[in-house]
Amino acid sequence: MTDLAWINSAIIGARPQAIGALLRYFRDLDTAEEAFQEAALRALKNWVANGPPRDPAAWLILVGRNAALDNLRKQAKHTDLPPEELISDLDDTETSLAERLDGSHYRDDVLRLLFICCHPDLPATQQIALALRIISGLSVVQIARAFLVSEAAMEQRITRAKARVAAAQVPFETPGPAERAERVGVVAAMIYLLFNEGYSAGDDAARGALCDEAIRLARLLLRLFQTEPEIMGLTALMLLQHARLPARFDAAGEGILLEDQDRTRWNSKLIAEGLALIDKAIRHNRPGPYQIQAAIAATHSRAGRAEDTDWAGIDALYAALERLQPSPVVTLNRAVATAKVHGPEAALRMIAPLEERLSGYFHYFGARGAFLVQCGRIAEARADFDRAIALANTPAEAAHIRRHLDRLARSA
Amino acid sequence: MLYAILCYNDEDLVWSWTKEEDDAVMGRLAVVHERLGEKLGPAARLLPTTAATTLRKSSEPIVIDGPFAETKEQLLGFYVIEVENLDAALDVAHQLTAANPGGAYEIRPIALFLPDKRVPDKRVIEQRAPEKRVP
Repeated sequence: MTDLAWINSAIIGARPQAIGALLRYFRDLDTAEEAFQEAALRALKNWVANGPPRDPAAWLILVGRNAALDNLRKQAKHTDLPPEELISDLDDTETSLAERLDGSHYRDDVLRLLFICCHPDLPATQQIALALRIISGLSVVQIARAFLVSEAAMEQRITRAKARVAAAQVPFETPGPAERAERVGVVAAMIYLLFNEGYSAGDDAARGALCDEAIRLARLLLRLFQTEPEIMGLTALMLLQHARLPARFDAAGEGILLEDQDRTRWNSKLIAEGLALIDKAIRHNRPGPYQIQAAIAATHSRAGRAEDTDWAGIDALYAALERLQPSPVVTLNRAVATAKVHGPEAALRMIAPLEERLSGYFHYFGARGAFLVQCGRIAEARADFDRAIALANTPAEAAHIRRHLDRLARSA
Repeated sequence: MLYAILCYNDEDLVWSWTKEEDDAVMGRLAVVHERLGEKLGPAARLLPTTAATTLRKSSEPIVIDGPFAETKEQLLGFYVIEVENLDAALDVAHQLTAANPGGAYEIRPIALFLPDKRVPDKRVIEQRAPEKRVP
């Protein structure tokens, strides 16, 4: 007997490679997707009866390709034959089977699929929707729920993305080194955006699952670029942040600050993998924003208790990130570390120049309020906390600041 | 006779299991481990090959990322077992297969075994972050 759960994960696991290969044959996203669906349906019947094949991806590619060819032939009886170039490389079954089995196309197929979903002509929201639909195989309903939009709106977003990809005449050859590096950057950015969608979702399980998908896509990308330190950094960053999930929310679903989290609940396996990856990345001596952010997350992971945190190390890492990717938000984050190392006055001096640019930013006033409390400037702190509440994006953010105010009221 | 059972599988697949799937497999394996009793020696599950580093022992040893084998299946873990013969070792591998289908088990007789001098107790060790190491 073959376990249904195993079959299911085998189909999901083989999906990027299989769709990538089917896309190479048919050069059309819809055809590749339908061919894969058909193959997956047949796998559910066939694998239960006959046991799993040795290479699930090869099986799905072969069956999917044959099913799609049957369809094309049926359509051809009713309409004109499809253009010759569409099916020209489909004849030599023997050689193409051999190709598939040695997996030599794996890298190009999966990379092409990632590049198509992250086409630079697409806005990030469409890139993410397309990647989740095509590569991860999430249903439109699941994606719509995760992004808090209606099913019809998400369907439309995906259809538009596909139309734009088709109109852009995506070249099916793998791009040259310079363009490739740029396109990989776009894929990495899409994956991290996707992760943050899930990370910022609180303890909503449907949205939280986006983090798992982002990590899965990052592993896929890392398999294609095993010596690229920024991809190691990106993967490590997400693993280390996701490891804290079991400790991030209390029973009522309220967020728990990093320093108050029960660290024994952090996922030690994810942390071990994240630390291994950032260690490897740093050996390359080619620092980048993902690596530095991962190194910051790693510093937190390595502290057994909040009070053991190496804040001087984090301050230095943020300083490096500021040089590489200057932004007021990075400086604000650095100020939190600076306050721990050099005191709240130093932190206030650091963020004073940011007020104009961050005047609409909840975290600016939340952080400044906290620094002011530490300096004993209570009236000013209260004013900042009030502004923060007015700028809060979620009830949880507002509730968090209210707890600060309550504490001030009690100690007054 | 001491045998190693080397566990090969597609790591993309195994590492995309949900926590529930992973827990279910580990739960079924735990039953087999319990049943094996004294036959079962040390065992390990490895992090993915993307987390691995290789030292090439050339005349000037070099450190490289990964193993980059373009193979479908990777070494994901191993068991050490003590049984009478190959048949008995295969029997163990069959039991493990029932609990964790997919991939392959390679059964290799062990030539030299150095027992663990490190931990006196029998706790299951899950990888912990080292106390403090500034990157």
